[in-house]
Amino acid sequence: MSDALPVETRGLVKRYGEIVAVDHVDLSVEPGDVFGYLGPNGAGKTTSLRILLGLIRPTAGSARLQGRDPLIDGAKALEGVAGFVEAPRFYPYLSGRRNLRLLADYDEPVSRARIDEVLELVELRDRAKDKVGGYSHGMRQRLGIAAALLRAPRLLLLDEPTTGLDPAGMRDMRELVRRLAGEGITILLSSHLLNEVEELCNRVAIIRRGAIVYQGRLRELLDRAASTYRLHALDPERARAALLAQPGIGDVRLDGALRFSADEAAVAALTVALGQARVAFTALVPETATLEELFLGMTDGESSDHDRRAPVAV
Amino acid sequence: MTAVARVYRWEIAKLLAQKRTYLGLGTAVAVPIIFVVVLVLRSGGPNDVPLGRYIRDTGLAVPFVVLFFMSIWGLPLITALVAGDIVASETHNGTLKTILTRSRERGEVFAGKTLATATYTLTLVFAMGLVGLAAGSIAWGFRPLTSLSGTKVSAGHGLVLLLASLAVYALPLAGIAAFGVLLSTVTRNSAASVVGALMWALLMQLLGVLPGTESIRPYLLGTQFDAWHGFLRTPADWAPVIRAVWLSALYIGLPLIGAYLVFLRRDVAGE
Repeated sequence: MSDALPVETRGLVKRYGEIVAVDHVDLSVEPGDVFGYLGPNGAGKTTSLRILLGLIRPTAGSARLQGRDPLIDGAKALEGVAGFVEAPRFYPYLSGRRNLRLLADYDEPVSRARIDEVLELVELRDRAKDKVGGYSHGMRQRLGIAAALLRAPRLLLLDEPTTGLDPAGMRDMRELVRRLAGEGITILLSSHLLNEVEELCNRVAIIRRGAIVYQGRLRELLDRAASTYRLHALDPERARAALLAQPGIGDVRLDGALRFSADEAAVAALTVALGQARVAFTALVPETATLEELFLGMTDGESSDHDRRAPVAV
Repeated sequence: MTAVARVYRWEIAKLLAQKRTYLGLGTAVAVPIIFVVVLVLRSGGPNDVPLGRYIRDTGLAVPFVVLFFMSIWGLPLITALVAGDIVASETHNGTLKTILTRSRERGEVFAGKTLATATYTLTLVFAMGLVGLAAGSIAWGFRPLTSLSGTKVSAGHGLVLLLASLAVYALPLAGIAAFGVLLSTVTRNSAASVVGALMWALLMQLLGVLPGTESIRPYLLGTQFDAWHGFLRTPADWAPVIRAVWLSALYIGLPLIGAYLVFLRRDVAGE
């Protein structure tokens, strides 16, 4: 059982009447992955995670966590697994600390020190005595992480952990995810924020209308797209000649600006060649198919409300 | 501590942190006090209810009379207030997913919730009965009681009869609570479950007073609220008590089995 994948779904289907929320999804998350589960809102990410956590029953197919099926093994399938779907929720009339004590008792009771430790980690110790009803969205999100960490998980399932957070909160959350991944925790992170996935994840699955349209290494996905560049030169014709003479440069066309395709090394060499040929240019801009463009291509641009200007964490 | 005991302990802690629990318990305690105060201040009394005539003879008569009045809708309502909320409140707070993604099986969570509801129901009945006894005893003393057969029962024996009566009285009330738990699990809506459980209780009362229902009357839930009369006869009449026990077991068991099966299998989505 130890060599079983942290997450493995086969032919997973969830149907609500006519609507197919999850359509034959095969996910494979490997140990140590920070796995990005990417898709527009309503694509079926949360539904898949609910099935993984044993909250809903799939119509067909199987979901296994470390070889155990929540449908068959019940709560035992969640051993070493923690996380949340949608926003983490707590009892509003209990304090943050009491909520954690309660949840710890739903596992094996833990020491007060351990609760302090996770509260410290998510920077909620000062507010631990206050009722959760008065917490901001970001604080609840952090309490959700604290509650998950109480279980000392080997696998963490996080559903859009930065959604609704302010820029600083997003940065802190990503920092935390990175840190946890650094401690060897396998993380399955759903998101509709491309820069987040690009920044954190090594492998991704892209889901569209319930079905997986890509699954694999993020790097390979990015490499798969041929990169294109745009060059603004003072004398486009001379620049064009220089481009055509340069190895590794292809698809040269002139439509206002010069456009061509090349890999990064060829572009670097090009800048030197342009300088040596005394071809002056004002801009050389990558028009790379970013993850975003790949994503929009794969999902037919149906990303309804993803935030293109989402701040990038540093 | 076993898994269920730990869930139970937190269910009680959650009840103790919520206003509706105190609203229910407060009402259960306030009613007998108000009842006694009014009877002290005014003449006349509830002469046409069991033991009503003897209400000023001894504090022991007070809880019995209050039980009679509260069985119509008072206690069903304050029982339903908590029972109808016990699962639905998790839906409302979105916390079902929070507790069901820990190490407890759904059955253990359900058992803890059911036991907490039973505890609340029992507490209501005994709190109401004992506060009534205390208030009545302050007003009129802790004296021998006249039984329904007209015989005198010593105060000590009367107290034993009261405790036994409260226990038997709690059974049909638990039947209403169980129905509330079922609705709470199925509808996921607190208000609908509270009202639904109360309607169930009222329907049982209504069926009992309609003409032509004589044959089913002994088997209605509402009828079991009078089972304690058997204790206050000389000699004690065990028939209604025994019937209340097995009938209430059905009225408690069937909805709970239904609720359990639904709770075990239901999809927890958006809650």
